[in-house]
Amino acid sequence: MTSRVVDAVVSLLLLALAALLAFDNWRTGMGWDSTGPQAGYFPFYLSVILGAACLYGLVKEFVARKQPSGEFVTREQLGRVLQVFFPTLVFCLATQWLGLYVASFLLVAGFMIYVGRIAAWKSLLTALLFVLAMFVVFDIAFDVIMPKGPLEAFFGR
Amino acid sequence: MEALGLLLYGFKVLMTWKILALMMVGLVLGIFVGVLPGLGGPNGVAILLPLTFTMDPTSAIVMLSCIYWGALFGGAITSILFNIPGEAWSVATTFDGYPMAQQGKAAEALTAAFTSSFIGSLVAVMLITFLAPGIASFALRFGPPEFFAVYFLTFCSFVGLGREEKHKTIISMALGLLLAGVGMDTVSGQLRMTFGLNELLRGINFLVAVIGLFGISEILLTMEERLALRGHAAAISLRVVLRVWMEMPRYWVTLLRSSVIGCWLGITPGGAIAASFMGYNLAKRFSNDPASFGKGRIEGVFAPETAAHASGTSALLPMLALGIPGSGTAAILLGGLMVWGLNPGPLLFVEHKDFVWGLIASMYLGNVVGLIIVLTTVPLFAAVLRVPFSAIAPMIVVSCAIGAFAIQNAMFDIWLMLVFGVVGYVFKKIGIPLAPFTLALVLGNRAEDSFRLSMIGAGGDLRVFWSNGLVGTITTLALILLLWPLISAAAARMKARNPLL
Repeated sequence: MTSRVVDAVVSLLLLALAALLAFDNWRTGMGWDSTGPQAGYFPFYLSVILGAACLYGLVKEFVARKQPSGEFVTREQLGRVLQVFFPTLVFCLATQWLGLYVASFLLVAGFMIYVGRIAAWKSLLTALLFVLAMFVVFDIAFDVIMPKGPLEAFFGR
Repeated sequence: MEALGLLLYGFKVLMTWKILALMMVGLVLGIFVGVLPGLGGPNGVAILLPLTFTMDPTSAIVMLSCIYWGALFGGAITSILFNIPGEAWSVATTFDGYPMAQQGKAAEALTAAFTSSFIGSLVAVMLITFLAPGIASFALRFGPPEFFAVYFLTFCSFVGLGREEKHKTIISMALGLLLAGVGMDTVSGQLRMTFGLNELLRGINFLVAVIGLFGISEILLTMEERLALRGHAAAISLRVVLRVWMEMPRYWVTLLRSSVIGCWLGITPGGAIAASFMGYNLAKRFSNDPASFGKGRIEGVFAPETAAHASGTSALLPMLALGIPGSGTAAILLGGLMVWGLNPGPLLFVEHKDFVWGLIASMYLGNVVGLIIVLTTVPLFAAVLRVPFSAIAPMIVVSCAIGAFAIQNAMFDIWLMLVFGVVGYVFKKIGIPLAPFTLALVLGNRAEDSFRLSMIGAGGDLRVFWSNGLVGTITTLALILLLWPLISAAAARMKARNPLL
């Protein structure tokens, strides 16, 4: 997939978003009433501007379609990006059920072991120290409360 | 001088053990963030912002701005030792800094970079000290039309002066302004663009977007490029520092020129990146030996570093005086102000003297202390870069998630952060600039409010934006900037057709 194709796809998606938002704001009211512009006035015209800029971009890419364009991402690069994106996704899911601290431990340790190929004991120790440090800084020192799960409940925090 | 008296008052505000300790913590964290690839000024400040939520505003801003100074210093370490710019504005520093390191003169290059950063910031802070109060008191007379005109000018100057393709800047900005409008409308109380989702009632938080756009997407990009870190070791001795300092006065013209460029570009949104390149290029052009640039010339480090820091610092001037950030990081600091319950804008100078002058005083102190810290601890921070990226990457992800969650205690925001991370990754790859988006997202509501208030006041007459000399000038200037690409293209065509013109 070339950068031009991605560029065009993003423009199309944004164009659809612009149309959706324009419709929603038109429904809210994009005109004027006795107090001045209605709630949808400002965003409606912004959606129009957004849509126009996307159209311009699409036309521009279409006109230049014969010219060479770089690869958006190689297969190898995409693999590496997914190597970090996928664990992040799992981490977000795990945060919901296990709480942030347990999920963080799993993310750091797992990433170091499987992606970084670092010795298991080093990875587990680093992850443990990191999570403890985060807990002390946020939960104890600065009173910033994070999502917690069964483990924290077990320790009564 | 009134400003000097107030500055002294600011120093008095700072002189508590708690604030001094927070300053040190901020600086060290900032250098750390600046050194790590994949993190930098704006994301560092955004991720560490939650630490300050429970503090009083003055301690909070002092710590955050010190993180910012630290990140500015830290960026130079990676550029010079590893040829990896930690920040976009450190790119120009690698041109001569890395060759110097290769020639075994890493310590000289680092000393030069740190000292010239210090000088650049100092000039900019002095500018803030003496200009900001005046601008703020002038701006106190602004009504909604004037404010809207200034916001409009800010947006237009991004379109007119940015280096990116114009339609992409417009896309980025319109999207930012639209997302800023999601949620409850502040004037009428109506709901907009929420599509029945309860999570969207509060709107899309600016900081969540920033953490995703800069933090998560940067990790994805760094993984994609697979940085191989091969650096040079460096320890700075007092002898080297003194030698570089003795050499500096010879380059006073370069330092002065870069400071002026930096201050100018910092105040107008355009930013540190342009400033550092411009500082470097001008130093090269005016040099009597331009060919030696790029091969390890110390002047090639002085010029971009001075300009980048002068601009990074002076970007805070419009933020303090008018409530309009001059850079991405300034925009995040502005977001912080709102979280701590302060209303950014010219009234800050009247209502929160201790906050404003404490911040300004902390800029002086933070830069001096920062300079000492970086000069003495370079080997330590260079060692950070030898820690494998596969250990650092997940920790950055966790810090981002903590930051995103802490802002409103909402799990939804962690998901939003992830979405913005992917969006930021794709946008960066296809050249849609993120800075206009950030600025639009943070200023969107206030720009809209001032527009609607002016319209209500004027009964819907657009001529209110030309109703007096001041607002008329600003609006006209904004329109010229917006249309500048068209004007300059037309002028170029005329010239091509008629070379005598």
